[in-house]
Amino acid sequence: MNNKEPLIHITRRADIGWKKAWVIRGAAIITALIISAIAVTLATGLDPFSVYGKMFEGAFGSPRKMWILGKEIAFLLCVSLALTPAFKMKFWNLGGEGQILIGALVTSAIMIYVGESLPNGALIPLMFIAAAGAGAIWAGIPAFFKAKWNTNETLFTLMMNYVAIQLVAYYIIIWEVPKGSGKVGIINQDSLAGWMPDLAGQKYLFVILLVALMTIGIHVYLKYSKHGYELTVVGESRNTARYVGIKVDSVIIRTLLLSGGMCGIVGWMMVSSTDHTITTTLAGGRGFMGIMVSWLAQFNPVAMIFASLLLVFMQRGAAEISTAFQLNQSFGDIITGIILFFLIGSEFFINYRIHMRHKEKEGTENV
Amino acid sequence: MDQLAGPAGAGPCLFLTKGGLLLENKTAAVSMRGITKTFGSVVANNNVDLDIYKGEILSLLGENGSGKTTLMNMLSGIYFPDEGQILIDGKPVTISSPKEAFDFGIGMIHQHFKLVDVFTAVENIVLGLKEEGKLDLEKAAKRVQDICDNYGFDVDPKKKIYDMSVSEKQTVEIVKVLYRGADILILDEPTAVLTPQETDKLFAVLRNMKDDGKAVVIITHKLHEVEVLSDRVAVLRKGENIGQLITKETNAQEMTNMMVGREVTLNINRPEPLFSSPRIRIEGLNVKSDDGVMKLKDVSFTANAGEILGIAGISGCGQKELLEAIAGLQDVESGSITYISDDGSREELIGMDPQKIADKGVALSFVPEDRLGMGLVASMDLADNMMLRSFRSGKSMLTDRKAPRALAEQIVHDLEISTPDINTPVRKLSGGNVQKVLVGREIASAPTVLLSAYVVRGLDINSSYTIYDLLNQQKEKGVAVIFVGEDLDVLLELCDRILVLCDGRVSGIVDGPTADKHGVGMMMTSLGGDHMDGGEMHE
Repeated sequence: MNNKEPLIHITRRADIGWKKAWVIRGAAIITALIISAIAVTLATGLDPFSVYGKMFEGAFGSPRKMWILGKEIAFLLCVSLALTPAFKMKFWNLGGEGQILIGALVTSAIMIYVGESLPNGALIPLMFIAAAGAGAIWAGIPAFFKAKWNTNETLFTLMMNYVAIQLVAYYIIIWEVPKGSGKVGIINQDSLAGWMPDLAGQKYLFVILLVALMTIGIHVYLKYSKHGYELTVVGESRNTARYVGIKVDSVIIRTLLLSGGMCGIVGWMMVSSTDHTITTTLAGGRGFMGIMVSWLAQFNPVAMIFASLLLVFMQRGAAEISTAFQLNQSFGDIITGIILFFLIGSEFFINYRIHMRHKEKEGTENV
Repeated sequence: MDQLAGPAGAGPCLFLTKGGLLLENKTAAVSMRGITKTFGSVVANNNVDLDIYKGEILSLLGENGSGKTTLMNMLSGIYFPDEGQILIDGKPVTISSPKEAFDFGIGMIHQHFKLVDVFTAVENIVLGLKEEGKLDLEKAAKRVQDICDNYGFDVDPKKKIYDMSVSEKQTVEIVKVLYRGADILILDEPTAVLTPQETDKLFAVLRNMKDDGKAVVIITHKLHEVEVLSDRVAVLRKGENIGQLITKETNAQEMTNMMVGREVTLNINRPEPLFSSPRIRIEGLNVKSDDGVMKLKDVSFTANAGEILGIAGISGCGQKELLEAIAGLQDVESGSITYISDDGSREELIGMDPQKIADKGVALSFVPEDRLGMGLVASMDLADNMMLRSFRSGKSMLTDRKAPRALAEQIVHDLEISTPDINTPVRKLSGGNVQKVLVGREIASAPTVLLSAYVVRGLDINSSYTIYDLLNQQKEKGVAVIFVGEDLDVLLELCDRILVLCDGRVSGIVDGPTADKHGVGMMMTSLGGDHMDGGEMHE
């Protein structure tokens, strides 16, 4: 063969074993840590090992930090679980943020208006149902338009986020305490009406257990239920779905009611269990982070536990190093970015093989 | 098998034919030597030697997956061989992109046309050419016209692609290649989309090119085309060139045996129909497409139980809409589709979706044209694809996985589907196996009506005959089989009656055993053919 052969060939791999795939992912994380270490040393002159040590401390350093870590994982995981059925159906629900907020708004409203007149035993379930319903409606509107008129769901769900944010901003002014502060303040601080009770003395245990149950539920729903099968078929091919008599429109709407409802529940958890107040930034980007978690885990609910652990760990660790070393918070984000870049990039090497140009062989018949 | 007996491709080359004759001295325009190409663990071509001569038409014959297209893609710069050497006019060359292939005068016409719909023929033809100076469409149009006149093409350079028939689009593709100065033309299954008349026209043009000294290669698996068109045949099997024959000295049977690797009988069975009670009666059916075009106009016919009713027509003449209307997938303007069960009770199918039709106890199976896009889910495994028809069974919220798995195992066994296991996604199977999975599932539900669209499209001889046998078995069980086909030879051999569609109307219905191919071809292009009066049914 003469030497004009292309330098690099890229071919698609046949199935790669899961062991080999994890070796590649492991190598990607190690490379990312090395690159981050170099970045740390170059930019700050700090010892990268002490920086990494601090990150661990920030995430796992004390029982309290462990509980916060657990709660944060639960929130993020729950959003990812919520988005996954929609994604499997290839409905790009980018409206997680708004669905969380609207759930939180409804929860707050019930706490404020009927909190004093209902016992917690009835109040908290009422908040739960209302928040789930509000989130479901928020996702159901774009789903309805998609099903009926094939509107673009990415834009529609994204715009619904801004509507939700503005609604929350409006009600914050109505509910603000004290007047003129621009904040709602802690709701029902004295009566604790609508506050999620501690479980076994732990503030966040109930939320964590609930999300654990939802993880199992979504896993079974996607993998073994008739609904899960239908939405997978719709996602892969609407024509096939129609061909076997699946009602595509109602599957789209049904799935998004579930997806939005679960996001609404996250809003309920955040207000009732941790924040006890509402701000426009309450969702904190989880609606978008959840997308990343869902994709990183390739829509597998169990893998999502680890993906959310990784992201929350990086976030908590980054916060810790920014205070411990008085670095800018963005520095932690840089490290997160490097690790995600390598982790997502490694998928390319799992799916494709790269061949370098052969060495010149003897006896090629170049005339 | 005979081997090529030339020095490694350089210069004039002699080769030995089957009968031991020497072909006259001709210059090999292209020689491929020891070409090997692998995709992962699949060997697509293994140590292939092939010579292409000027002034000659070569047929590249082989079953699906025998590596015909891959081999030619290496000539046209789409793939790069792992091993081996390509020589053009005796000189070793490297072809690493389609552009380089053009520089060597090699042009390939692919199965799927690559044209911009909103451009005219001439705009498409000059697209991507980097010629000096300003773009002069008038001059280009004139050159296109010259090429057309020279070879006998019939195409208007100013016509937009979206106004063109499939055959005109193909012509544009060929002219595009000639415009770029190609001397070596490769056509990948060019007749798959053409009517018999259009095929004849294409062949005439190809012969003109041959007389003009161009080298022409056609990839095909239709034996009669090899026989009427080509001078020489190269047969590929499992990626290897297993022999070259002079067309005049061989016959269909011998070529088939070489292609398949064993003795094959070439006759399609047509058992006498045992039943003949009406099963589906269609009256005055009108269907409009989403963009408002009438796709079916006043279509009426009856499909009987226990017979295979063929549907012939140029592609896009309403075949798809007809089947989908019966299957409950297509909105209907007016008319009626009546299902008549064995006990004589009738059911109007219009207005019902597939689920409702099944709920009414109408066992209707449908093998759609788009296998992976409609009949199956490409990314799901065999077992999950079986479930498409059965997943609703049972009251539980959860799906029953056992029955579909058993069915998948059984179909893999009965239809000899080659797959690693039933957990393999169907997109990883070859075309023939994909079709067996789909047909297997559809007949597993014991249908009384079996609709099929282009069931053997792209399948090799072996798989095609398996499918014909399956259809015949269904017919003998009393199923009303509706067979939309594109190969008239097959339609004439397999079907008991053939309904010919022309532009959404019934052009006529003929008896399979007595129909003549050219008559059916005429009916496809004009209502009722030239000797019958327009629009009437002939039952």
